Amino acid sequence: MTLEGRLFLALLEGIVTGFILALIALGLSLVFGVMRIVNVAHGEFFMLGAVCAWSVASWTSSFALAVVAAPILVGAIALLVNRIVLRPIHYEPQATIVATIGLLYIIQQLVLTLYGPYARTVTPPFYLRIDFPWFGYSGYKLAVAGASALLLWLTWRVVSTTTLGLYMRATQQDQEMAQAFGVPVYRVYAVAFAIGAALAAIAGALIIPIQPAHYLMGLDALLASFTVVIIGGLGSLGGTLAAAFLIGLSDGVVSVFFSPTLARIVSSALVALVLVFKTGGLAGNDTN
Amino acid sequence: MNDHRRPVLAIHAALIAVLAGLQVVIPPFHHTLVARIMVLAAYATGYNLLLGYTGLMSLGHAMFFAAGMYGTGLPLLYLGLGAPQAVLIGVAASIVLSTAVGMLTLRTSGVSFLIVTLMFAQVFYLSTLYFNRFTLGDQGFVLSGHLHPITIGPIRFALTDPAVRYNLALATFGGCLGLSLWLVRSPIGRVLVAIRENEDRTRLLGYNPFAYKLLVLVISGAVSGLCGSVYAVITSYVGASFAAILYSIYPLLWTLLGGPGTTLGPLVGAAAMTYTVEVASRFTSSYLIVVGGALVILVMRFPSGIVGGIRRRWAPWLP
Repeated sequence: MTLEGRLFLALLEGIVTGFILALIALGLSLVFGVMRIVNVAHGEFFMLGAVCAWSVASWTSSFALAVVAAPILVGAIALLVNRIVLRPIHYEPQATIVATIGLLYIIQQLVLTLYGPYARTVTPPFYLRIDFPWFGYSGYKLAVAGASALLLWLTWRVVSTTTLGLYMRATQQDQEMAQAFGVPVYRVYAVAFAIGAALAAIAGALIIPIQPAHYLMGLDALLASFTVVIIGGLGSLGGTLAAAFLIGLSDGVVSVFFSPTLARIVSSALVALVLVFKTGGLAGNDTN
Repeated sequence: MNDHRRPVLAIHAALIAVLAGLQVVIPPFHHTLVARIMVLAAYATGYNLLLGYTGLMSLGHAMFFAAGMYGTGLPLLYLGLGAPQAVLIGVAASIVLSTAVGMLTLRTSGVSFLIVTLMFAQVFYLSTLYFNRFTLGDQGFVLSGHLHPITIGPIRFALTDPAVRYNLALATFGGCLGLSLWLVRSPIGRVLVAIRENEDRTRLLGYNPFAYKLLVLVISGAVSGLCGSVYAVITSYVGASFAAILYSIYPLLWTLLGGPGTTLGPLVGAAAMTYTVEVASRFTSSYLIVVGGALVILVMRFPSGIVGGIRRRWAPWLP
């Protein structure tokens, strides 16, 4: 393939990866913004989404049903986790990190027990080959990018125009003041946590025709969404999108021309240095 | 306050004596496991200085452990050095790394500190994979042909002898426990606890928290590096899995289980958890679920751990 061809392929892959990454990272960002907690188990919700979708798709042989069912199932699991684990420890930042590390292993190992160590994929719901001058490209991948874009827009509409969104933004700005004005803060937390998990789960469901569902796929997704959230800045959808494209594209370009490992070394170092040299910490106003 | 009538030193000395005596009692087949546990307990002891006494939670200690491991393993493999020199190089490597990482990460605090240490450790781990031409990556390498016997005076120690390995592990643990006990009872240790309780007030009293935190991070990193290095020697193996996230989470778990901010907690936690994981791995391939379950239960129900609970109820004088 010519240089332009390879560059175009990297660009295309980067855009698709960027959209999916933005979707996963938006869930993490929402949870961090509203609840002020770092959910280390977020990648496992992505993995659960993929595994649930595979199971539903293989039982019912309907991929559309799988994409709908996965976020509902995972959202319900997230509600349960929130109620049983996070609320009793009062969302205390360090304790929450330790607890969600624990949840990461519990979810991952339960999936290993129930689903097994397999990497399974499903056939895409439709075949469409889009021909470029250099190569043919999967139409499904572009459809995933489109669906992700739609979901990102939808989440943004919910956060910026609905009452629920207003409650979320109020809680994010000042939890105590929001409570004083009658915002049911704990219910907002639960809903934000479930929506965050569901967004990751939809991404997991959409991705299985491209990338197989496997019980260890959560960690990479988690680290990538940390990268996006930290570089993009919290609470800004634009920042998250821009960072997701930056990471997706640079990942695509560096992976095509050098190696995927090098791409991940560079992005991990970048995240660490951004956090070290950006004054004000993770949230910009994190006084912890 | 230090209460000199209490048998603090006696308890610690007795523990070391018990561990020394254990090698006569237990079957030889358990020697390797106990030796491994002692080195891992020493690793947790180094981690505890940071988490338990200074209040800094790191998610990246595997990089210091692995720096010691590779700092020792690579010279053994490629340069054919003797084991003592190789261990010194391993410790030096971890000191250099922890100083550099400390200067950067200690500009942050709280949750940011956790994520920054995690990301630096990730860079280290991925680098061991990226440079797999030298490190042999995931597969790792075996040291058995490269560990030459050490001669001290008239005695020759074969590093492949289980008894020598056991006592090397015991010496490592004893040294680290002694260092930890001395440090936390020294004036420096008091300042560390003050930083944990209230950093601003400590600064107001005229101490420089950054300098103290850097000091304890480097000590903690050096102890971790020493343990990685000794672990490589007693197991004859070096591999990238020891740089992965799990080996940063293990010392956190052991410390939380045993009791953060207690000198004896890390040994109790490391022993209990390593044994549980060992037993669980015989029954199921999903044995890491005990790690997850333990973390959740500890943080929800027993935040002061086993030794912390004992101290609160019966022995408030325990360091």
